[in-house]
Parts: sequence; structure tokens; C-alpha cells
Amino acid sequence: MSDESIPQDESLEAQAAVEASPALELPGDPILVELAAAFPSVSFTSFEPLSGPRQDTAIVDRDELLAFVQAVKDAGFETFIDLCAVDHLNREPRYDVVTILLSMEHAKRLIIRVGVPGEDPTIPSITSIYAGANFYEREAWDLFGVIFEGHTDLTRILLPDEWSGHPLRKNYSVGSVPVQFKGSFKSS
Amino acid sequence: MSDTTRTPEGETPAPAADRPADETNGRLDADGRRREHEIWVAGTEEPDWITNATDEGAQEMLPRDLDPAVSVQRGVTVTDDYLEEEMIVDDERQIINMGPQHPATHGVLRLHMELEGETVRRVKPIIGYLHTGMEKTAETLPYMSGGTNVTRMDYLSPLNNELCYALVVEQLLGVEIPSRGQAIRVLMTELNRVSSHLIWLATFGMDIGALSMMIYGFREREAILAFFEKVTGLRMNHNYIRPGGVAADLPDGWEDDVEGIFDVVRAGLDDYQDLLNGNPIFLDRTQGVGVITPKEAHQYGVTGPIARAAGINFDLRKVFPYSGIEQYDFDVPLGKHGDVFDRYLVRTEEIRQSLRIVEQVLETMPGGDYRTDDRKVTPPPRKRIDESMEALIHHFKLFTEGFKVPVGEAYQAVESPRGELGMYLVSKGAAKPWRLHVRTPSFATVQSLPVMMTDLIVADVIATLASLDPVLGDVDR
Repeated sequence: MSDESIPQDESLEAQAAVEASPALELPGDPILVELAAAFPSVSFTSFEPLSGPRQDTAIVDRDELLAFVQAVKDAGFETFIDLCAVDHLNREPRYDVVTILLSMEHAKRLIIRVGVPGEDPTIPSITSIYAGANFYEREAWDLFGVIFEGHTDLTRILLPDEWSGHPLRKNYSVGSVPVQFKGSFKSS
Repeated sequence: MSDTTRTPEGETPAPAADRPADETNGRLDADGRRREHEIWVAGTEEPDWITNATDEGAQEMLPRDLDPAVSVQRGVTVTDDYLEEEMIVDDERQIINMGPQHPATHGVLRLHMELEGETVRRVKPIIGYLHTGMEKTAETLPYMSGGTNVTRMDYLSPLNNELCYALVVEQLLGVEIPSRGQAIRVLMTELNRVSSHLIWLATFGMDIGALSMMIYGFREREAILAFFEKVTGLRMNHNYIRPGGVAADLPDGWEDDVEGIFDVVRAGLDDYQDLLNGNPIFLDRTQGVGVITPKEAHQYGVTGPIARAAGINFDLRKVFPYSGIEQYDFDVPLGKHGDVFDRYLVRTEEIRQSLRIVEQVLETMPGGDYRTDDRKVTPPPRKRIDESMEALIHHFKLFTEGFKVPVGEAYQAVESPRGELGMYLVSKGAAKPWRLHVRTPSFATVQSLPVMMTDLIVADVIATLASLDPVLGDVDR
């Protein structure tokens, strides 16, 4: 397996456009306004699709993640929906960890995006706040190699235990990896 | 669990084998294939290989104090009525595997269960046996082919997967779907919900011993699959709902087919309720079993019929309506106890409500085009290709390169028969997704198994698992 094959078809301008998301005005939502007041370093963006609800994203520093997630939970976002990682490869920070929380009472979703640098891919685990993040963090570790500090059982979940590397990273070449099933080294 | 699994740079060294290599070799025949059967005399001291017999390397059950304790989330530690915790010696607990090949796991799910007699004290679900890297595959397929990939994830509700994918791509594209296209999408996904719930009823009945249920459920579902085949050409993995609309218009006479489905399914539902609702064995096996509380459901991201059976009033079709579903009247059935029986009631009522939606679609099906007329997304009509060079170029570009989606990140969720099916799409302006993450409802459900199964007896574990309707292709992706 070689780690050299880097996809080239994405233009750098497109990447720059992602980074230069416009300076954000606060979405006029009382919950978010309150959160923004309590966490001045957190920035918000919103995306308004043609149909469907507006999507609010909070961009959080990883040192502040635990405090922010706790505050979000206290603000009424009781349901854990999703957690995934995104590998941006040539961007700094290289990874994004995206957490999606839902408030059923306010009918509102909040997307929390945390940048994680490529040379030190660690981020605090939120399993102590939302127990449901357990499998999702294991999946993100398994596929991207992002380490969730404080997770009690950070092991491979989708791939076999003997797998090497983290295949959803963009520099992980596709194909030609021999399939090794769990336990096969014992019995054969 | 070994520390080596946390190496940051990804080159995880293979964990050491549970037994030294030479010891393993000593048990092999000359041909290296068969191991001697070891015998251990009861009453003597346990040899090492017995103690290690369930050691699973990284996937072993953690020591009790390290387990991401279920009791913490529940707030209570349940003790048995007749057996005090102090009286239990450790060797009365044993760890056994259920699965991965087990008829009641609906796929290849494996459960580590710590048993004390017949009571399940701890459960650890182990998944990944069906993992085929579909999120990675999604990054290599153009947007137009992406539907063929996602439709294979949840193979019992493929149209819901396609709908979610089409919607998330359309969000970033910013295209509007004509009302006929939207109505066809609602028609197909709601019928898909009916067929998915029917097969759930069938397998659920089979798992708890009502074997006739299995035949009935499949029989009624057949009418819907026949309709799907007529419309899309396939019984499953349709790739019918695509970004920009649907692949083809409904065939002539579809109204009669749908009305035939009403008759068959409604008659069937009455039969099932006659069969099951008053059946004392069915009631005893389902009531008060496999309970999840609303708080636990929130914590673990459990949504859909399971959460609604626990009394959570949340249906994405009502709260975040999509594809014009808000114009149809339907009710959201809610349970009260969060047990297996309430899930059965909620799902049967959901079948009736879905049929109600389909009935309204049938009456109000608008005319017009079934896909957007945006030439960047929809290929030109066949006739135009012969007449216009531009049309030919568009056609060629669409099917070689595909259409490009503007830079952005979007999340879209639809109410699949199993709960909230969400897709998180990251586009960098190319003709293929940069990243597509699929938040599957079954993944969250399987994660919450320990909460529902702790302190049940083994037979109830089967009933609970069957009532959750997990699709393992959806869990592992």
C-alpha cells in the first residue's frame, strides 16, 4: 500500500473558497445568540438551502469543544445525531470533525465543526456528554485516524482489527489491499 | 484492548496473537489444518486456554469498571429480584457469542453477551462484517451514479436512501424539482416504507415464533415490489430517484396498480391484527420487553419508530418536511412504554398512515415534468440530440464528466422506515463528492442495544433485536 497517490483533480481555488467563508453575521436565533455571547471565539455560519431548514454551523476550537458542547446540550440540544470526520488533505488544519446535534423542542439542528491538524490528530471525546458518540468516534478513528482523547474503548469498529492505515484519508490509495479477515491468522 | 491501536500515524502494528506462535503450531497437524481438541476435567484448575477462550483481542469486553457504563446512562444499576449481587461468584458469569451467523441477527451482527444463568448482564455489539467502504466508493462516483451506491446501503428501503442523496445534492446545486417529480418521490418512498415495515412484521413474527406471519408479510410485500419493478425496472437497488428528479415517469395505469396495493395491504393488516393483537403468547413475549426511555433514546441518537414508541413526538416529515410532504395529511403514531409491543403498534399504524399519504398522492398527482428542466443536470430529450449540436454536447458532457456541484457542505435528513437517515455532503466544486458521510439509523440503533438488553433473559434478547429492525448493510455501509 502506498500513501503517495494524492488526488489531483480538485482545484486549489475551490479549496481557497472553502477557507474564505464569508465573515459571519449571527443568525438571528436567540439560542445561538446566547451561545455566541458566552463563547466569543466561536464563529457561526449559516447555509440557506432553497427548501428545507436553515443550517447553522458553529466553528469551534478544539480546546473549547467540551465546554461548548456542554453549553449546547444545556441550551436544549438533547439529541445526538451524528459525528463524522472530513479529510481536506492540503488544507490546514487538515481534518474537520463534524458533530450534528438536534433539539427536538426547538426543531433545530446545530452543526459543530472542529478543525484538527494533520500532524497532531487529537480531539477531546464527547462521550462523557453524549453517550451516543461512542460508536461514531470509533468509526472516525477507524476510518480517519483521528484520536478521541478520553474515549474508553477506541478500537476499530468497521475494519478488521489487523487492518493497517485509515482508508478514508485522501492519501490512502484505493485498491490492491489484501483482505485479511478477523482471526484468520489463528486458525489457518 | 492494546495500546498499539492508538498509534497516530495510522500504521497500526498488528496486535500480538493471543497465543504465542509456537504454542499454536504445537496444536496443529502435520498438514497444518486441524487442531487437537483440548479436554479439561471439571473441578480441576482452569487451564489458560479456557480462561482466554473468549479473548477477542481489541474487540474483547472491557473489564466491568472500564465499560462505558450503561448503568451511568441509565442512572440505576438493576439487580435481580431473586439473586443478590453479592451472592454471585464470578465464575457463574460466562461470555458467549451470538452471531455473526445467527438467523435472528438479520444479517451479520455479533453480540458478546455476558450471561448469568439465563440473564444477560452485559452486551457488546460487534459490527463491521458487511463493511464495504461505501463512503469511500461514493468519493469515486460522479453525482449521477452516486445513487447506485447509496441505494445498496439500506437494502430494505433503497428509495429512501436515493431520496436523501438526491436531496442533499440538490441542496448544494440549488435546483427546484417540479411538483410532479416531488409527488412521485413521495409516492415511491411511502410505498417503500410500507414494504419495509411489512418485511419487518414478517421477520419479527418469525423470530418470536409466529411463523405464519413470515409468509403473510412477504406475500403482501410482493404486491409493492411488483409495482416497483413496473416503475423502476428492478425489485430493489432501483437508482430511480436521482439528483434532478426521477429517472422515468410513472407507467400507464399506475393508478390501478396502487389501488390494488391498498386492497391487498389493508386486508393483510386486518389479518395480522386478528392474528397477533389478542394472542396471549405474543403479548407476553412483547410487553415490557426491551424498553428504552426517551432520555436514553436522545442520548444514543435513536430515532424513528423506536423513539416514537417511547413517546418521543418527532417525525422528520412533520418537523423538517422535504419533497413537498407537508401538503399531505397524516398522523404520527406514538407509543407510551417504549417496549417491543409499542414498536409493533407504531409500525402497523405507520403502514396505515403511509397508505393514507399514498391515497392523497393518487388523488392529487399533478401533471407536468417529472424532472427539472435545468440542462446542467438533466440530459436533453433524445429527439433534441439529433437536431441540436448544443444538446449533443450537453448529453456528452453529462454522461462522461457529470455535472459539477458548487463548493459547500450540507446535511440533509429524511425519515426512513428505521429513523433519521442523514447525509453530510462536502463538495469542492468537482463532479464527484469530496466526502459523503451517511448517518444511518440502524447504526445508532445497534449502538443502543446494551441499553435495551441489559438484564433481559436470552429469549427476550431475540425479541428485542427483532423489534428494532436493524439492517446490517445500513450499519456497516
